[in-house]
Amino acid sequence: MTAGLQVRGLNKAFGGLVVARDISLDLSPGDRKALIGPNGAGKSTFTNLITGILAPTSGSIQLDGRDIGSLSEAQRVKAGIAKTFQITTLFHSLTVRDNLRLPLLERRGLTARPFRRAAGDGGVEDEVESLLQQFRLTDVGDRVVQRLAYGQQRLVEMAMTLALRPRILILDEPAAGVPSSESPLIAEAIAGLPQDLAVLIIEHDMALVFKVAARIIVLVAGAILTEGTPAEIAADPRVRDLYLGAGHG
Amino acid sequence: MRSLVPFVVMLVVAVAAFYLFPYNLAFLTRVVITMILVLSLDLILGVAGVSTLGQAAMYGSGAYAAGLFAIHVWHDPLAGLAVGAAAGAVVAFVSGLFLTRAHGLTLLMLTIAVTEVLQEIANKFSAITGGTDGLGGIRMGRVLGIWKFDFVGRTGYIYAVCVLFVVVVVLKIVIGSPFGLALRGIGDSPARMRAIGTPVTRRLIAAYTLSGAVAGLAGAMAAQSTALVSLGVYDFQLSAEAMIMLILGGTGRLWGALIGTAVFMTVHQVASSVDPFNWLFVIGLLVLAVVYAVPRGLLGLPDEVKRLLRRLK
Repeated sequence: MTAGLQVRGLNKAFGGLVVARDISLDLSPGDRKALIGPNGAGKSTFTNLITGILAPTSGSIQLDGRDIGSLSEAQRVKAGIAKTFQITTLFHSLTVRDNLRLPLLERRGLTARPFRRAAGDGGVEDEVESLLQQFRLTDVGDRVVQRLAYGQQRLVEMAMTLALRPRILILDEPAAGVPSSESPLIAEAIAGLPQDLAVLIIEHDMALVFKVAARIIVLVAGAILTEGTPAEIAADPRVRDLYLGAGHG
Repeated sequence: MRSLVPFVVMLVVAVAAFYLFPYNLAFLTRVVITMILVLSLDLILGVAGVSTLGQAAMYGSGAYAAGLFAIHVWHDPLAGLAVGAAAGAVVAFVSGLFLTRAHGLTLLMLTIAVTEVLQEIANKFSAITGGTDGLGGIRMGRVLGIWKFDFVGRTGYIYAVCVLFVVVVVLKIVIGSPFGLALRGIGDSPARMRAIGTPVTRRLIAAYTLSGAVAGLAGAMAAQSTALVSLGVYDFQLSAEAMIMLILGGTGRLWGALIGTAVFMTVHQVASSVDPFNWLFVIGLLVLAVVYAVPRGLLGLPDEVKRLLRRLK
Protein backbone atom coordinates (compact mmCIF):
# COMPACT_ATOMS: atom_id res chain seq x y z
CA MET A 1 0.00 0.00 0.00
CA THR A 2 1.24 3.45 -0.88
CA ALA A 3 0.39 6.24 1.50
CA GLY A 4 -1.10 9.42 0.09
CA LEU A 5 -2.89 10.32 -3.08
CA GLN A 6 -2.19 8.73 -6.45
CA VAL A 7 -3.79 10.17 -9.54
CA ARG A 8 -3.32 8.16 -12.73
CA GLY A 9 -4.21 9.12 -16.28
CA LEU A 10 -7.01 11.49 -15.38
CA ASN A 11 -9.07 12.81 -18.31
CA LYS A 12 -12.03 15.11 -18.38
CA ALA A 13 -13.88 16.44 -21.39
CA PHE A 14 -17.01 18.54 -21.66
CA GLY A 15 -18.24 17.40 -25.07
CA GLY A 16 -15.35 18.17 -27.40
CA LEU A 17 -13.58 20.43 -24.94
CA VAL A 18 -10.79 18.59 -23.17
CA VAL A 19 -10.07 20.25 -19.82
CA ALA A 20 -7.90 17.55 -18.26
CA ARG A 21 -5.55 15.44 -20.36
CA ASP A 22 -3.86 12.36 -18.95
CA ILE A 23 -2.89 13.93 -15.62
CA SER A 24 -0.89 11.79 -13.21
CA LEU A 25 0.27 13.07 -9.88
CA ASP A 26 1.39 11.77 -6.48
CA LEU A 27 0.97 13.44 -3.14
CA SER A 28 2.67 11.75 -0.19
CA PRO A 29 2.59 12.71 3.48
CA GLY A 30 4.80 15.75 4.04
CA ASP A 31 4.73 16.85 0.40
CA ARG A 32 4.54 20.56 -0.37
CA LYS A 33 3.67 20.76 -4.04
CA ALA A 34 2.37 23.66 -6.04
CA LEU A 35 0.26 23.55 -9.17
CA ILE A 36 0.72 26.54 -11.42
CA GLY A 37 -0.40 27.44 -14.91
CA PRO A 38 -1.97 30.23 -16.89
CA ASN A 39 -5.66 31.06 -16.58
CA GLY A 40 -7.82 28.36 -18.11
CA ALA A 41 -5.08 25.74 -17.80
CA GLY A 42 -7.49 23.50 -15.92
CA LYS A 43 -6.24 23.94 -12.36
CA SER A 44 -9.68 24.33 -10.84
CA THR A 45 -11.03 21.47 -12.93
CA PHE A 46 -8.25 19.26 -11.62
CA THR A 47 -9.03 20.08 -7.98
CA ASN A 48 -12.72 19.55 -8.62
CA LEU A 49 -11.94 16.12 -10.03
CA ILE A 50 -9.94 15.18 -6.95
CA THR A 51 -12.50 16.47 -4.45
CA GLY A 52 -15.38 14.84 -6.29
CA ILE A 53 -17.24 17.95 -7.44
CA LEU A 54 -16.67 16.73 -11.01
CA ALA A 55 -16.51 13.14 -12.24
CA PRO A 56 -13.60 12.32 -14.57
CA THR A 57 -14.19 10.90 -18.04
CA SER A 58 -11.47 8.34 -17.37
CA GLY A 59 -8.55 7.71 -15.06
CA SER A 60 -8.18 6.66 -11.43
CA ILE A 61 -7.82 8.42 -8.10
CA GLN A 62 -6.53 6.41 -5.16
CA LEU A 63 -6.10 7.37 -1.53
CA ASP A 64 -3.76 5.09 0.41
CA GLY A 65 -4.16 2.46 -2.28
CA ARG A 66 -7.97 2.55 -2.17
CA ASP A 67 -9.91 3.72 -5.19
CA ILE A 68 -12.00 6.74 -4.21
CA GLY A 69 -13.35 7.54 -7.67
CA SER A 70 -16.88 6.51 -6.75
CA LEU A 71 -17.06 8.44 -3.46
CA SER A 72 -19.15 11.60 -3.13
CA GLU A 73 -17.70 14.95 -2.20
CA ALA A 74 -18.75 14.53 1.44
CA GLN A 75 -17.36 10.99 1.60
CA ARG A 76 -14.00 12.12 0.23
CA VAL A 77 -13.83 14.76 2.95
CA LYS A 78 -14.38 12.03 5.52
CA ALA A 79 -11.71 9.94 3.79
CA GLY A 80 -9.22 12.76 4.33
CA ILE A 81 -9.20 15.06 1.30
CA ALA A 82 -10.02 18.67 2.10
CA LYS A 83 -9.85 21.80 0.00
CA THR A 84 -10.04 25.50 0.60
CA PHE A 85 -12.00 27.57 -1.85
CA GLN A 86 -10.67 29.93 -4.48
CA ILE A 87 -13.22 32.54 -3.49
CA THR A 88 -13.78 32.56 0.24
CA THR A 89 -17.05 30.86 0.96
CA LEU A 90 -17.26 31.06 4.69
CA PHE A 91 -20.34 31.17 6.87
CA HIS A 92 -20.46 34.93 6.70
CA SER A 93 -23.22 35.58 9.21
CA LEU A 94 -21.64 33.31 11.85
CA THR A 95 -18.82 34.08 14.27
CA VAL A 96 -15.30 32.77 13.72
CA ARG A 97 -15.82 30.27 16.54
CA ASP A 98 -19.02 28.95 14.95
CA ASN A 99 -17.24 28.69 11.60
CA LEU A 100 -14.64 26.47 13.24
CA ARG A 101 -17.20 24.55 15.30
CA LEU A 102 -19.06 23.35 12.23
CA PRO A 103 -16.27 21.29 10.64
CA LEU A 104 -15.21 20.00 14.06
CA LEU A 105 -18.77 18.89 14.86
CA GLU A 106 -19.07 17.37 11.42
CA ARG A 107 -15.83 15.44 11.80
CA ARG A 108 -17.22 13.91 14.97
CA GLY A 109 -20.51 13.16 13.24
CA LEU A 110 -22.51 15.42 15.55
CA THR A 111 -24.31 17.77 13.16
CA ALA A 112 -27.45 15.63 13.16
CA ARG A 113 -27.91 16.10 16.93
CA PRO A 114 -30.79 18.47 17.69
CA PHE A 115 -30.93 18.31 21.49
CA ARG A 116 -27.51 19.26 22.80
CA ARG A 117 -25.72 22.58 22.84
CA ALA A 118 -23.61 23.42 19.78
CA ALA A 119 -20.93 24.84 22.05
CA GLY A 120 -21.34 22.12 24.64
CA ASP A 121 -18.75 19.58 23.56
CA GLY A 122 -15.50 19.97 25.52
CA GLY A 123 -13.35 18.30 22.89
CA VAL A 124 -14.71 20.53 20.13
CA GLU A 125 -14.25 23.68 22.22
CA ASP A 126 -10.63 22.80 23.03
CA GLU A 127 -9.90 22.30 19.37
CA VAL A 128 -11.63 25.55 18.43
CA GLU A 129 -9.37 27.42 20.85
CA SER A 130 -6.18 25.73 19.68
CA LEU A 131 -7.00 26.43 16.03
CA LEU A 132 -7.72 30.07 16.91
CA GLN A 133 -4.31 30.22 18.56
CA GLN A 134 -2.50 28.50 15.72
CA PHE A 135 -3.88 30.98 13.21
CA ARG A 136 -3.71 33.95 15.61
CA LEU A 137 -7.44 34.53 15.50
CA THR A 138 -8.19 34.32 19.23
CA ASP A 139 -8.90 38.06 19.50
CA VAL A 140 -11.53 37.97 16.76
CA GLY A 141 -13.07 34.64 17.75
CA ASP A 142 -16.46 36.10 18.58
CA ARG A 143 -16.57 38.43 15.62
CA VAL A 144 -18.89 37.76 12.70
CA VAL A 145 -16.75 36.58 9.79
CA GLN A 146 -17.93 39.15 7.27
CA ARG A 147 -16.51 41.91 9.50
CA LEU A 148 -12.96 40.52 9.27
CA ALA A 149 -10.16 41.74 7.02
CA TYR A 150 -9.80 39.63 3.90
CA GLY A 151 -6.48 38.14 4.93
CA GLN A 152 -8.00 37.00 8.20
CA GLN A 153 -10.94 35.48 6.36
CA ARG A 154 -8.48 33.37 4.39
CA LEU A 155 -6.93 32.25 7.66
CA VAL A 156 -10.36 31.28 9.00
CA GLU A 157 -10.86 29.33 5.82
CA MET A 158 -7.57 27.49 6.29
CA ALA A 159 -8.32 26.82 9.94
CA MET A 160 -11.74 25.43 9.01
CA THR A 161 -10.26 23.11 6.46
CA LEU A 162 -7.57 21.97 8.87
CA ALA A 163 -10.29 21.29 11.44
CA LEU A 164 -11.35 18.39 9.24
CA ARG A 165 -7.95 16.77 9.99
CA PRO A 166 -7.30 16.03 6.35
CA ARG A 167 -4.32 14.00 5.18
CA ILE A 168 -4.46 15.67 1.77
CA LEU A 169 -4.93 19.44 1.84
CA ILE A 170 -5.61 21.38 -1.33
CA LEU A 171 -5.20 25.13 -1.03
CA ASP A 172 -6.95 26.80 -3.94
CA GLU A 173 -5.35 30.22 -4.38
CA PRO A 174 -4.89 30.88 -0.65
CA ALA A 175 -3.55 34.38 -1.35
CA ALA A 176 -6.11 35.43 -3.97
CA GLY A 177 -7.51 38.84 -3.19
CA VAL A 178 -5.28 39.24 -0.15
CA PRO A 179 -3.44 42.57 -0.13
CA SER A 180 0.33 42.06 -0.39
CA SER A 181 0.73 43.49 3.09
CA GLU A 182 -1.16 40.50 4.48
CA SER A 183 0.46 37.92 2.20
CA PRO A 184 3.20 37.01 4.73
CA LEU A 185 0.40 35.96 7.11
CA ILE A 186 -0.66 33.34 4.60
CA ALA A 187 2.89 32.09 3.98
CA GLU A 188 3.41 31.84 7.72
CA ALA A 189 0.17 29.90 8.15
CA ILE A 190 1.15 27.45 5.41
CA ALA A 191 4.59 27.00 6.97
CA GLY A 192 2.87 26.18 10.25
CA LEU A 193 0.77 23.32 8.82
CA PRO A 194 1.34 19.85 10.31
CA GLN A 195 4.49 18.23 8.91
CA ASP A 196 2.90 14.93 7.90
CA LEU A 197 0.15 16.63 5.91
CA ALA A 198 0.31 16.39 2.10
CA VAL A 199 -0.29 19.85 0.68
CA LEU A 200 -1.09 20.90 -2.87
CA ILE A 201 -1.15 24.64 -3.46
CA ILE A 202 -2.78 26.21 -6.47
CA GLU A 203 -1.58 29.76 -6.64
CA HIS A 204 -0.91 32.74 -8.88
CA ASP A 205 1.31 34.57 -6.41
CA MET A 206 4.74 33.28 -7.53
CA ALA A 207 6.55 34.73 -4.53
CA LEU A 208 4.32 32.65 -2.28
CA VAL A 209 4.70 29.52 -4.42
CA PHE A 210 8.49 29.72 -4.44
CA LYS A 211 8.50 30.31 -0.70
CA VAL A 212 6.33 27.38 0.38
CA ALA A 213 6.54 24.70 -2.33
CA ALA A 214 9.24 22.05 -2.56
CA ARG A 215 8.10 20.93 -6.01
CA ILE A 216 6.16 22.73 -8.70
CA ILE A 217 3.92 21.21 -11.36
CA VAL A 218 3.13 23.27 -14.43
CA LEU A 219 -0.24 22.70 -16.04
CA VAL A 220 -0.96 23.98 -19.54
CA ALA A 221 -4.14 23.39 -21.56
CA GLY A 222 -5.25 20.59 -19.25
CA ALA A 223 -1.98 18.64 -19.40
CA ILE A 224 1.14 18.58 -17.24
CA LEU A 225 3.95 20.40 -19.02
CA THR A 226 6.68 19.74 -16.53
CA GLU A 227 7.40 19.10 -12.86
CA GLY A 228 10.45 20.10 -10.85
CA THR A 229 11.99 21.98 -7.97
CA PRO A 230 11.38 25.74 -7.83
CA ALA A 231 14.90 26.31 -9.17
CA GLU A 232 14.35 23.96 -12.12
CA ILE A 233 10.99 25.53 -12.91
CA ALA A 234 12.38 29.03 -12.69
CA ALA A 235 15.15 28.04 -15.12
CA ASP A 236 12.89 26.26 -17.60
CA PRO A 237 12.59 28.42 -20.73
CA ARG A 238 9.22 26.88 -21.70
CA VAL A 239 7.71 27.86 -18.38
CA ARG A 240 9.22 31.30 -18.71
CA ASP A 241 7.68 31.76 -22.14
CA LEU A 242 4.33 30.30 -21.32
CA TYR A 243 3.66 31.50 -17.90
CA LEU A 244 6.17 33.77 -16.29
CA GLY A 245 6.89 35.60 -19.53
CA ALA A 246 5.02 38.85 -19.40
CA GLY A 247 5.08 39.69 -15.72
CA HIS A 248 8.37 38.23 -14.57
CA GLY A 249 10.55 38.34 -17.67
CA MET B 1 -30.04 33.76 32.64
CA ARG B 2 -30.39 36.54 30.09
CA SER B 3 -31.83 34.04 27.64
CA LEU B 4 -34.78 33.56 29.99
CA VAL B 5 -35.87 37.21 29.73
CA PRO B 6 -37.79 36.81 26.44
CA PHE B 7 -39.69 33.85 27.90
CA VAL B 8 -40.75 35.94 30.89
CA VAL B 9 -41.81 38.78 28.59
CA MET B 10 -43.78 36.30 26.51
CA LEU B 11 -45.56 34.96 29.58
CA VAL B 12 -46.37 38.44 30.88
CA VAL B 13 -47.75 39.53 27.51
CA ALA B 14 -49.84 36.36 27.20
CA VAL B 15 -51.32 36.78 30.69
CA ALA B 16 -51.90 40.52 30.21
CA ALA B 17 -53.68 39.91 26.90
CA PHE B 18 -55.90 37.34 28.59
CA TYR B 19 -57.12 39.85 31.19
CA LEU B 20 -57.11 42.98 29.01
CA PHE B 21 -59.12 41.52 26.13
CA PRO B 22 -61.48 38.96 27.66
CA TYR B 23 -63.88 39.27 24.73
CA ASN B 24 -61.23 38.85 22.04
CA LEU B 25 -59.92 35.48 23.12
CA ALA B 26 -60.94 33.83 19.86
CA PHE B 27 -58.87 36.36 17.95
CA LEU B 28 -55.96 36.03 20.38
CA THR B 29 -56.08 32.26 20.00
CA ARG B 30 -55.86 32.69 16.23
CA VAL B 31 -52.82 34.92 16.72
CA VAL B 32 -51.13 32.31 18.90
CA ILE B 33 -51.85 29.54 16.38
CA THR B 34 -50.50 31.67 13.55
CA MET B 35 -47.38 32.32 15.64
CA ILE B 36 -46.78 28.58 15.71
CA LEU B 37 -47.15 28.44 11.93
CA VAL B 38 -44.74 31.35 11.43
CA LEU B 39 -42.25 29.72 13.83
CA SER B 40 -42.29 26.64 11.63
CA LEU B 41 -41.43 28.86 8.67
CA ASP B 42 -38.65 30.57 10.62
CA LEU B 43 -36.89 27.26 11.13
CA ILE B 44 -36.76 26.40 7.45
CA LEU B 45 -36.58 29.89 5.92
CA GLY B 46 -34.98 32.01 8.61
CA VAL B 47 -32.45 29.49 9.87
CA ALA B 48 -31.79 27.13 6.98
CA GLY B 49 -32.38 29.73 4.26
CA VAL B 50 -34.82 27.65 2.21
CA SER B 51 -37.32 29.93 0.47
CA THR B 52 -40.68 28.26 0.57
CA LEU B 53 -44.23 29.37 0.02
CA GLY B 54 -45.68 26.03 0.97
CA GLN B 55 -46.16 25.96 4.73
CA ALA B 56 -49.94 25.70 4.12
CA ALA B 57 -49.38 22.18 2.75
CA MET B 58 -48.37 20.94 6.18
CA TYR B 59 -50.69 23.27 8.08
CA GLY B 60 -53.69 22.08 6.09
CA SER B 61 -52.74 18.41 6.36
CA GLY B 62 -52.37 18.81 10.11
CA ALA B 63 -55.79 20.45 10.29
CA TYR B 64 -57.55 17.71 8.30
CA ALA B 65 -55.71 14.93 10.12
CA ALA B 66 -56.62 16.35 13.53
CA GLY B 67 -60.22 17.00 12.45
CA LEU B 68 -60.73 13.50 11.06
CA PHE B 69 -59.01 11.96 14.05
CA ALA B 70 -61.31 13.81 16.45
CA ILE B 71 -64.43 12.76 14.53
CA HIS B 72 -63.60 9.13 13.82
CA VAL B 73 -61.10 8.02 16.44
CA TRP B 74 -60.72 10.00 19.62
CA HIS B 75 -61.67 13.49 20.71
CA ASP B 76 -58.70 13.99 23.00
CA PRO B 77 -57.05 17.35 22.10
CA LEU B 78 -53.44 16.39 22.83
CA ALA B 79 -53.71 13.17 20.87
CA GLY B 80 -55.18 15.25 18.05
CA LEU B 81 -52.18 17.57 18.17
CA ALA B 82 -49.84 14.61 17.92
CA VAL B 83 -51.76 13.31 14.92
CA GLY B 84 -51.70 16.74 13.26
CA ALA B 85 -47.97 17.10 13.85
CA ALA B 86 -47.36 13.61 12.49
CA ALA B 87 -49.42 14.39 9.37
CA GLY B 88 -47.44 17.61 8.82
CA ALA B 89 -44.18 15.73 9.30
CA VAL B 90 -45.13 13.01 6.82
CA VAL B 91 -46.22 15.50 4.15
CA ALA B 92 -43.03 17.52 4.69
CA PHE B 93 -40.81 14.45 4.61
CA VAL B 94 -42.29 13.03 1.43
CA SER B 95 -42.41 16.34 -0.44
CA GLY B 96 -39.04 17.30 1.06
CA LEU B 97 -37.40 14.33 -0.64
CA PHE B 98 -37.63 16.22 -3.92
CA LEU B 99 -38.19 19.82 -2.77
CA THR B 100 -34.81 20.00 -1.01
CA ARG B 101 -33.05 19.35 -4.31
CA ALA B 102 -34.56 22.46 -5.92
CA HIS B 103 -33.52 26.06 -5.39
CA GLY B 104 -34.74 29.61 -5.84
CA LEU B 105 -37.73 30.19 -8.07
CA THR B 106 -38.12 26.53 -8.98
CA LEU B 107 -38.38 25.70 -5.32
CA LEU B 108 -40.93 28.46 -4.68
CA MET B 109 -43.07 27.18 -7.56
CA LEU B 110 -42.82 23.58 -6.40
CA THR B 111 -43.81 24.40 -2.83
CA ILE B 112 -46.87 26.26 -4.12
CA ALA B 113 -47.68 23.36 -6.44
CA VAL B 114 -47.53 20.79 -3.63
CA THR B 115 -50.02 22.85 -1.62
CA GLU B 116 -52.41 23.17 -4.55
CA VAL B 117 -52.26 19.46 -5.30
CA LEU B 118 -53.17 18.72 -1.70
CA GLN B 119 -56.00 21.25 -1.82
CA GLU B 120 -57.36 19.60 -4.93
CA ILE B 121 -57.11 16.16 -3.34
CA ALA B 122 -59.05 17.41 -0.31
CA ASN B 123 -61.64 18.85 -2.70
CA LYS B 124 -61.97 15.63 -4.73
CA PHE B 125 -62.36 13.36 -1.70
CA SER B 126 -65.30 15.34 -0.38
CA ALA B 127 -66.90 12.21 1.07
CA ILE B 128 -64.11 12.21 3.64
CA THR B 129 -63.16 15.87 3.90
CA GLY B 130 -66.51 17.52 3.31
CA GLY B 131 -65.06 19.23 0.23
CA THR B 132 -66.12 22.84 -0.20
CA ASP B 133 -68.61 22.54 2.67
CA GLY B 134 -65.72 21.95 5.01
CA LEU B 135 -65.22 19.28 7.63
CA GLY B 136 -67.72 19.95 10.38
CA GLY B 137 -68.91 18.16 13.47
CA ILE B 138 -65.58 18.25 15.28
CA ARG B 139 -66.24 17.96 19.00
CA MET B 140 -63.27 18.19 21.30
CA GLY B 141 -62.93 16.45 24.65
CA ARG B 142 -61.44 18.05 27.74
CA VAL B 143 -57.77 19.03 27.77
CA LEU B 144 -55.97 16.33 29.78
CA GLY B 145 -59.46 15.18 30.71
CA ILE B 146 -59.85 18.18 33.02
CA TRP B 147 -60.46 21.48 31.20
CA LYS B 148 -63.50 21.78 28.98
CA PHE B 149 -63.39 23.98 25.89
CA ASP B 150 -65.74 26.84 26.84
CA PHE B 151 -67.83 29.17 24.72
CA VAL B 152 -65.71 32.29 25.40
CA GLY B 153 -62.52 30.49 24.48
CA ARG B 154 -60.61 30.75 27.76
CA THR B 155 -59.48 27.13 27.69
CA GLY B 156 -58.70 27.39 24.00
CA TYR B 157 -56.48 30.41 24.55
CA ILE B 158 -54.57 29.02 27.54
CA TYR B 159 -54.18 25.70 25.76
CA ALA B 160 -52.79 27.44 22.65
CA VAL B 161 -50.39 29.58 24.71
CA CYS B 162 -49.07 26.50 26.51
CA VAL B 163 -48.45 24.72 23.22
CA LEU B 164 -46.75 27.84 21.84
CA PHE B 165 -44.43 27.86 24.85
CA VAL B 166 -43.46 24.25 24.32
CA VAL B 167 -42.86 24.87 20.60
CA VAL B 168 -40.65 27.90 21.28
CA VAL B 169 -38.62 26.04 23.90
CA VAL B 170 -38.10 23.02 21.65
CA LEU B 171 -37.17 25.14 18.63
CA LYS B 172 -34.81 27.26 20.77
CA ILE B 173 -33.01 24.10 21.85
CA VAL B 174 -32.86 22.78 18.28
CA ILE B 175 -31.53 26.06 16.89
CA GLY B 176 -28.82 26.20 19.54
CA SER B 177 -27.73 22.63 18.83
CA PRO B 178 -25.09 21.30 16.44
CA PHE B 179 -27.94 20.48 14.07
CA GLY B 180 -29.19 24.07 14.29
CA LEU B 181 -25.70 25.41 13.66
CA ALA B 182 -25.44 23.14 10.63
CA LEU B 183 -28.72 24.58 9.34
CA ARG B 184 -27.36 28.11 9.75
CA GLY B 185 -24.26 26.99 7.90
CA ILE B 186 -26.42 25.65 5.08
CA GLY B 187 -28.31 28.95 5.04
CA ASP B 188 -25.02 30.81 4.61
CA SER B 189 -23.26 28.50 2.17
CA PRO B 190 -24.48 25.05 1.13
CA ALA B 191 -21.34 24.59 -0.99
CA ARG B 192 -19.11 25.08 2.01
CA MET B 193 -21.22 22.72 4.11
CA ARG B 194 -20.72 20.04 1.48
CA ALA B 195 -17.01 20.82 1.47
CA ILE B 196 -16.76 20.08 5.20
CA GLY B 197 -18.48 16.78 4.61
CA THR B 198 -22.06 17.50 5.68
CA PRO B 199 -24.82 15.64 3.82
CA VAL B 200 -26.69 18.87 3.07
CA THR B 201 -29.81 17.35 1.51
CA ARG B 202 -30.29 14.97 4.44
CA ARG B 203 -30.05 17.82 6.95
CA LEU B 204 -32.51 19.88 4.94
CA ILE B 205 -35.01 17.04 4.77
CA ALA B 206 -34.74 16.65 8.54
CA ALA B 207 -35.28 20.38 9.04
CA TYR B 208 -38.18 20.46 6.62
CA THR B 209 -39.80 17.51 8.38
CA LEU B 210 -39.47 19.19 11.77
CA SER B 211 -40.82 22.42 10.32
CA GLY B 212 -43.69 20.44 8.81
CA ALA B 213 -44.48 18.84 12.16
CA VAL B 214 -44.74 22.28 13.77
CA ALA B 215 -46.88 23.62 10.92
CA GLY B 216 -49.09 20.52 11.20
CA LEU B 217 -49.40 21.18 14.91
CA ALA B 218 -50.58 24.72 14.18
CA GLY B 219 -53.12 23.35 11.71
CA ALA B 220 -54.36 20.83 14.26
CA MET B 221 -54.85 23.58 16.83
CA ALA B 222 -56.76 25.65 14.30
CA ALA B 223 -59.06 22.69 13.59
CA GLN B 224 -59.61 22.10 17.28
CA SER B 225 -60.26 25.72 18.21
CA THR B 226 -62.68 26.48 15.36
CA ALA B 227 -64.19 22.97 15.24
CA LEU B 228 -64.15 23.24 11.47
CA VAL B 229 -61.67 22.53 8.67
CA SER B 230 -62.27 24.16 5.30
CA LEU B 231 -60.35 23.92 2.03
CA GLY B 232 -58.99 27.36 2.97
CA VAL B 233 -56.38 25.70 5.20
CA TYR B 234 -54.47 24.98 1.98
CA ASP B 235 -54.77 28.56 0.69
CA PHE B 236 -51.70 30.09 -0.88
CA GLN B 237 -52.48 33.29 0.98
CA LEU B 238 -51.75 31.55 4.27
CA SER B 239 -48.19 30.66 3.22
CA ALA B 240 -47.62 34.12 1.76
CA GLU B 241 -48.89 35.94 4.84
CA ALA B 242 -46.81 33.73 7.09
CA MET B 243 -43.75 34.81 5.11
CA ILE B 244 -44.71 38.49 5.35
CA MET B 245 -45.19 38.19 9.12
CA LEU B 246 -41.80 36.53 9.48
CA ILE B 247 -39.98 39.15 7.43
CA LEU B 248 -41.84 41.89 9.28
CA GLY B 249 -40.64 40.56 12.63
CA GLY B 250 -37.16 39.45 11.61
CA THR B 251 -35.90 36.05 10.52
CA GLY B 252 -33.82 33.37 12.15
CA ARG B 253 -34.30 34.11 15.83
CA LEU B 254 -37.84 32.88 16.61
CA TRP B 255 -38.78 36.00 18.58
CA GLY B 256 -39.13 37.84 15.27
CA ALA B 257 -41.76 35.32 14.21
CA LEU B 258 -43.77 36.07 17.36
CA ILE B 259 -43.45 39.86 17.10
CA GLY B 260 -44.17 39.93 13.37
CA THR B 261 -47.28 37.80 13.74
CA ALA B 262 -48.62 39.84 16.66
CA VAL B 263 -48.07 43.17 14.87
CA PHE B 264 -49.36 42.00 11.50
CA MET B 265 -52.52 40.42 12.86
CA THR B 266 -53.27 43.27 15.26
CA VAL B 267 -52.87 45.89 12.54
CA HIS B 268 -54.96 43.70 10.25
CA GLN B 269 -57.69 43.37 12.85
CA VAL B 270 -57.79 47.05 13.78
CA ALA B 271 -57.44 48.39 10.25
CA SER B 272 -60.11 46.10 8.81
CA SER B 273 -62.59 47.06 11.53
CA VAL B 274 -61.93 50.76 10.99
CA ASP B 275 -62.06 50.56 7.21
CA PRO B 276 -63.18 47.21 5.81
CA PHE B 277 -62.30 48.25 2.25
CA ASN B 278 -58.85 49.79 2.49
CA TRP B 279 -57.18 47.87 5.31
CA LEU B 280 -54.84 46.10 2.90
CA PHE B 281 -53.39 49.51 2.11
CA VAL B 282 -52.35 49.94 5.75
CA ILE B 283 -50.74 46.50 5.87
CA GLY B 284 -48.87 47.20 2.65
CA LEU B 285 -47.58 50.49 3.95
CA LEU B 286 -46.47 48.89 7.20
CA VAL B 287 -44.51 46.17 5.43
CA LEU B 288 -42.89 48.68 3.07
CA ALA B 289 -41.89 50.95 5.94
CA VAL B 290 -40.32 48.11 7.90
CA VAL B 291 -38.49 46.60 4.95
CA TYR B 292 -37.02 50.00 4.04
CA ALA B 293 -36.25 51.34 7.50
CA VAL B 294 -35.26 48.14 9.31
CA PRO B 295 -34.29 45.47 6.78
CA ARG B 296 -33.69 42.98 9.57
CA GLY B 297 -37.28 43.30 10.75
CA LEU B 298 -38.84 44.71 13.89
CA LEU B 299 -36.44 42.59 15.94
CA GLY B 300 -33.62 44.77 14.60
CA LEU B 301 -35.41 47.98 15.58
CA PRO B 302 -33.56 48.60 18.89
CA ASP B 303 -30.16 48.29 17.16
CA GLU B 304 -31.31 50.57 14.37
CA VAL B 305 -32.55 53.22 16.82
CA LYS B 306 -29.30 53.01 18.80
CA ARG B 307 -27.30 53.56 15.63
CA LEU B 308 -29.46 56.52 14.72
CA LEU B 309 -29.00 58.10 18.16
CA ARG B 310 -25.25 57.62 17.98
CA ARG B 311 -25.17 59.39 14.63
CA LEU B 312 -27.15 62.32 16.06
CA LYS B 313 -24.64 62.90 18.83
